[in-house]
Amino acid sequence: MFEILSSFEIALGLITHADAELWGIVWLSIELSVVAAVIGGAMGLPLGAIVGIARFPGRRALIVVLNAMLGLPSVVVGLVFYLLLSRAGPLGEWGLLFTPKAIVIAQAALVVPIVAALTRQVIEDAWAEYAEQMRSLGVGTARAVRTLLWDTRFTLFTVGLAGFGRAASEVGAVMVVGGNIDGVTRVMTTAIALETSKGDLPLALGLGVILIGIVLAVNAAAYGIREWSARRHG
Amino acid sequence: MEMTARAFWRLSLAWVAAATAASTILATRPAEAADRFITVASTTSTEQSGLFKYLLPIFEKKSGIAVHVVAQGTGQALDTGKRGDADVLFVHNRVAEVKFVADGYGVKRFPVMYNDFVIVGPKDDPAHAKGNDVLEGLKKIAAAKAAFCSRADKSGTHAAELRYWKAAGIDIAKDKGPWYRETGSGMGPTLNTASGMNAYALTDRATWLNFKNRGDLVILVEGDKRLFNQYGVMLVNPARHPHVKKEAGQQFIDWLVSPEGQQAIAGYKINGEQLFFPNAGTDN
Repeated sequence: MFEILSSFEIALGLITHADAELWGIVWLSIELSVVAAVIGGAMGLPLGAIVGIARFPGRRALIVVLNAMLGLPSVVVGLVFYLLLSRAGPLGEWGLLFTPKAIVIAQAALVVPIVAALTRQVIEDAWAEYAEQMRSLGVGTARAVRTLLWDTRFTLFTVGLAGFGRAASEVGAVMVVGGNIDGVTRVMTTAIALETSKGDLPLALGLGVILIGIVLAVNAAAYGIREWSARRHG
Repeated sequence: MEMTARAFWRLSLAWVAAATAASTILATRPAEAADRFITVASTTSTEQSGLFKYLLPIFEKKSGIAVHVVAQGTGQALDTGKRGDADVLFVHNRVAEVKFVADGYGVKRFPVMYNDFVIVGPKDDPAHAKGNDVLEGLKKIAAAKAAFCSRADKSGTHAAELRYWKAAGIDIAKDKGPWYRETGSGMGPTLNTASGMNAYALTDRATWLNFKNRGDLVILVEGDKRLFNQYGVMLVNPARHPHVKKEAGQQFIDWLVSPEGQQAIAGYKINGEQLFFPNAGTDN
């Protein structure tokens, strides 16, 4: 118990006396997670919307697969991308292994199924509600998708935040493809893992408190934007 | 409602556009800070003991070459080198290193420095392992079936541990019982486990000195000549992996074994205690 309390003290000390190194790690974590969430969202959102509305053979199987991917083991994703990006792998020429880009790729791969599966459910529910009305108005599918995406935008915004959360809290895949290189690919989660390895548990937890703070801040900002836009657009 | 082909293509197009836009954000990310850098696959002990944090800035300032260290167990680091994902290896398992070079994966192995292994265990030492004979200590731990945490991760420390069991006449693969706990993880996590279970463990001294969550563990066996732990450095063979940065990599190796680099290694201390002892140019 004493250690948990002292870690809050350490977190406070880290923040008030933050050195360039800590800010570098904090900033890198935010930057990579946001980019990964945007890329993963850009891919997962349309995928989920299409599966939610379109009817095609194998759709049910695809939904089961998408939902199952919510539990995609991140260390396996890390390993797959490690083998793909390694110099001995098919994409080795790009030389991306142990770079921040490799981290974003692995994080995005983890974000896509979350965004796709949740979007699919959201859009499918909204479609069930409005399908008849839209049909009677003779609205085409593309237009219907656009309308539904717009109508459910606040829910989908939360879906995007879930994607960001997964990217920001990721450690297994990030450690494998990033290599936890000091000043290059060391992010909050891998820094926490390193301090845990060194047996400095209060410092590790102190960093954890800061990470939770970052995620809270990002979500608070997102909530604020949402409220503001809800008031503006009704 | 059937989705029309046209609607489908339009959506797909929007999707590709969005993904491209996002990828562009990624691509325009400023290039990595230093264009001149090498990747070094090394061990958890050199990273977690704080040696690199002390050593690398000295080299980077002198050479202008940034050193990116990926800390892994020696077994994994050698594999990283084999795959061509590092330019230089800085590891501690002489037998495996010599084989690495003989197999054509590395150019030449240079001895750099040594430290030593110690056996840590609970203060009250239930197996009475305390002493300066590693083989006697292990025999007593096995006889008492006292809890022992093994790295079990093909690291240099794990390889050394297996050599000691064998030398002590114990076939650990056969004789291990529930008391022999294979953590399958790095030195730090294994020490965390040992500390939580009040178990014995073999560790390098540098990691131990820098380890804070000791609980009731203390050093029990030390000072045996056989506990010697040699580190070597090698350039990954550019003949096998043409992208290896051979000039910059060799420059780092040359500096490590130069009088200046050796002096820097000797200068790294925790609480006044020297962690690594330079011995470049010797036959180790």
